[in-house]
Amino acid sequence: MAKPTKPTKPPKPEELVKIDYNPPEKPWMEVPVEFKPGTFCYGTRPKYLEEVGFPNPREWSPLDEDWKLPADWKDTVLDGLGERLKKNRAFHLFMDICVRCGACADKCHFFIGSGDPKNMPVLRAELMRSVYRKYFSTGGKLFGSLAGARELTFDVFKEWWYYFYQCTECRRCSVFCPYGIDTAEITMMARELFNLLGCNTDWIAGPVANCYRKGNHLGLEPHTITSNIEFMLDDIEEITGIKIEPTFNRKGAEILFVTPSGDLFGDPGTYTCMGYLMLFHELGLDYTWSTYASEGGNFGFFTSMEMAKRLNYKIYAEAKRLGVKWILGGECGHMWRVVHQYMDTWNGPADFLEEPVSPITGTKFENAKTTKMVHIAEFTADLIKHGKLKLDPSRNDHLKVTYHDSCNTSRGMGILEEPRYIINNSCNHFHEMPEDTIREKTFCCGSGTGLNAGENMELRMRGGLPRANAVKHVRDKHGVNMLANICAIDRATLSALMQYWVPDVEVSGIHELLGNALVMKGEKERETDLRLEPLPGKEEEDV
Amino acid sequence: MGALLSFFVVIVLVLLALAGVKGAGLYVLFGTIIPYAAFATFILGVILRVIKWSRSPVPFHIPTTCGQEKSLPWIKYSKLESPAGTMGVIGRMALEVLLFRSLFRNLKSEQRDDGAKLVYGSNKWLWLGGIAFHWSMLIVIIRHLRFFTHPVPFFVNIIDSLDGFLQIGAPHLMITGVVLLLAVTYLFLRRAFIPQVRYISLPADYLPLFLIMGIATSGILMRYFLKVDIIHVKELTLGLATLNPKIPAGIGVIFYIHLFLISTLFAYFPFSKLMHMGGVFLSPTRNLANNSRMKRHVNPWNYPVKVHTYEEYEDQFREKMKDAGIPVEKE
Repeated sequence: MAKPTKPTKPPKPEELVKIDYNPPEKPWMEVPVEFKPGTFCYGTRPKYLEEVGFPNPREWSPLDEDWKLPADWKDTVLDGLGERLKKNRAFHLFMDICVRCGACADKCHFFIGSGDPKNMPVLRAELMRSVYRKYFSTGGKLFGSLAGARELTFDVFKEWWYYFYQCTECRRCSVFCPYGIDTAEITMMARELFNLLGCNTDWIAGPVANCYRKGNHLGLEPHTITSNIEFMLDDIEEITGIKIEPTFNRKGAEILFVTPSGDLFGDPGTYTCMGYLMLFHELGLDYTWSTYASEGGNFGFFTSMEMAKRLNYKIYAEAKRLGVKWILGGECGHMWRVVHQYMDTWNGPADFLEEPVSPITGTKFENAKTTKMVHIAEFTADLIKHGKLKLDPSRNDHLKVTYHDSCNTSRGMGILEEPRYIINNSCNHFHEMPEDTIREKTFCCGSGTGLNAGENMELRMRGGLPRANAVKHVRDKHGVNMLANICAIDRATLSALMQYWVPDVEVSGIHELLGNALVMKGEKERETDLRLEPLPGKEEEDV
Repeated sequence: MGALLSFFVVIVLVLLALAGVKGAGLYVLFGTIIPYAAFATFILGVILRVIKWSRSPVPFHIPTTCGQEKSLPWIKYSKLESPAGTMGVIGRMALEVLLFRSLFRNLKSEQRDDGAKLVYGSNKWLWLGGIAFHWSMLIVIIRHLRFFTHPVPFFVNIIDSLDGFLQIGAPHLMITGVVLLLAVTYLFLRRAFIPQVRYISLPADYLPLFLIMGIATSGILMRYFLKVDIIHVKELTLGLATLNPKIPAGIGVIFYIHLFLISTLFAYFPFSKLMHMGGVFLSPTRNLANNSRMKRHVNPWNYPVKVHTYEEYEDQFREKMKDAGIPVEKE
């Protein structure tokens, strides 16, 4: 086996921005794929596939001549493609109706950051459409390349692999497409096909296997979850003087709380998690954590719909076992795409739960009445609106905040106002990034859908360029130093992105900001924020 | 390459009609048989294609949300960009189909200051070209109903007089005919000259443009310059519409060229990207309400999957759970 490429350092920012947007002379079908170091992920180790019963586990690398595919790999791909056309109207339609108007071209963060024409959403889709035409359309069968059709070869398969792991399913192109063609749908199908042949990436397959067996992507075992939260509780006690005692796997609690495991491990996610813990304590909320359903996110969603459903199963199953009334979900991007648009369809109906009602305000969350899962930003915004929280936004006066809409929560859910409402009530200094880079037009962090590995750092920095550039704009204009968001992947990946492009900006979840501002009953005078950094006006006392 | 090839195809089509009618006198073939065959192919082809799409179910509820969801009562939600109910979806689809809402959003991204700055500017040319093209096409088609009806319906007459309100020349200049030709020329030019768009273009992208250019040009030539005998033309077209086809003598060959290009476009339609006309109505990212937590969406092929149950999990971690003080089912 060829050795996987070592994690290569991306070139310097001033080098990276020299982007050539001119397409090459040769027609794209004649330009062979080139696996450039720093722009792709390692192939998965066999053990991860074995743990979830996926086909073709073996040692392999994308740089190998031979990917050790089964002899009939081509039939597998074509049969798989045909099956998916029959099972999914969106996919079928999106293979047929594109007029190649090019409106999507410069909407993709990977195209903007790389200039590679195959990163234009239209061309990314054409990589697959060309094969679709050859085998599934009359015109393609008759006229071949004149009709834009081409054979499926191993080189084409590799090209698919390279470019469908350069799409973060962010759906920005689908906002601008006059027919709503969503490249995410095409990427999802491509990745399902790769997984029929054991060609997942290591960075996706690992968390999937972890989540399946241990309950969360990070592979945190039950006692590690409790001890990680213990650490946070110690910090909270140090900051506020209040001792919090959350419960785990408790039967009969009113609410099950599920958040991405990223919040339990590593900053700045843990600060957000401290915010949740403080809020729930202050409310006296009757809720429980679960170590079994300890993952809101779903890397299965980047693997196949079936794998996503297998992982997602635990949330309802645990809610049923514990006998809770409804489920509250933490800050996470793709988790909420899944919860909002897929969970009920896969694993519902959740008829053993009740329509969610806030025990504090009595608000009925009618928008969640069948799925029975409420977004924490909806929950908290409702609390603030009803005056149930005492907030001192001046504790965030050292922060000049901007807000990054995550792809999935903006374009696959539409939760735009609640987070802003919470920030505006928790902070005095809030500045929006330029209009064309937020809300439904927000730019991806460049590392979603499991592309947040280490070995593809150049790709991530390129893909994150448009987002970072908009942050830089408000940093220069307003002195912004904090990039808030409601996504665990963002909290991890934007930190790296900021270090590279806009080094003096830090990253936080909105419940960290809320935790800072939250005036708790019986708390001591706060000297520091949740990062244990001195509050404004307290710097000297700290020294 | 693709452009030249498509252009060549359209030239060949023109020559075919010319040779067929003028040379070989195949009036019945070009005046009756081909138009009928093309129309039948169009109707059948479109229906079959839509049936084929409809047979694939919509397993998941995947609207692209382009605005605030309906959530808390005091938060204003975006009824048209993130509709929660049927009326909103109808509104969103109407905006999309009639006004090209999504294309209206179009932006152009550009690097400034040696790449230090990315800026986004409004870029509505494609929208303008697209909307000018589609609307003038629609009006031209409605105007042409006058050739297939007797008496001519009132709305056709109204549209006719509105379209010719400038009252230039005789017969009056129809604005939409000119706009159609200009718009389709713009769509061709941007495809030929914007490097990225040229790079993604297939012969199948140029062919309909040249066909429509040919149709519009032959129509304009016929109306204003090579004037054909309009009474006889109507005799022929009304004959087609009433299934009583006849071939009146003395209609200029330009008419048969016009008709043959239209027939080609009709016959080609169901097999081409032009099917976006039908497809846009079926697009699940646009035609579903953003209400998937309020109303369960059922996937007809949902099937049981292998899962890792709580019991298996507890068996795996029971001792560790007990040590950490986490309650277990079996001691």
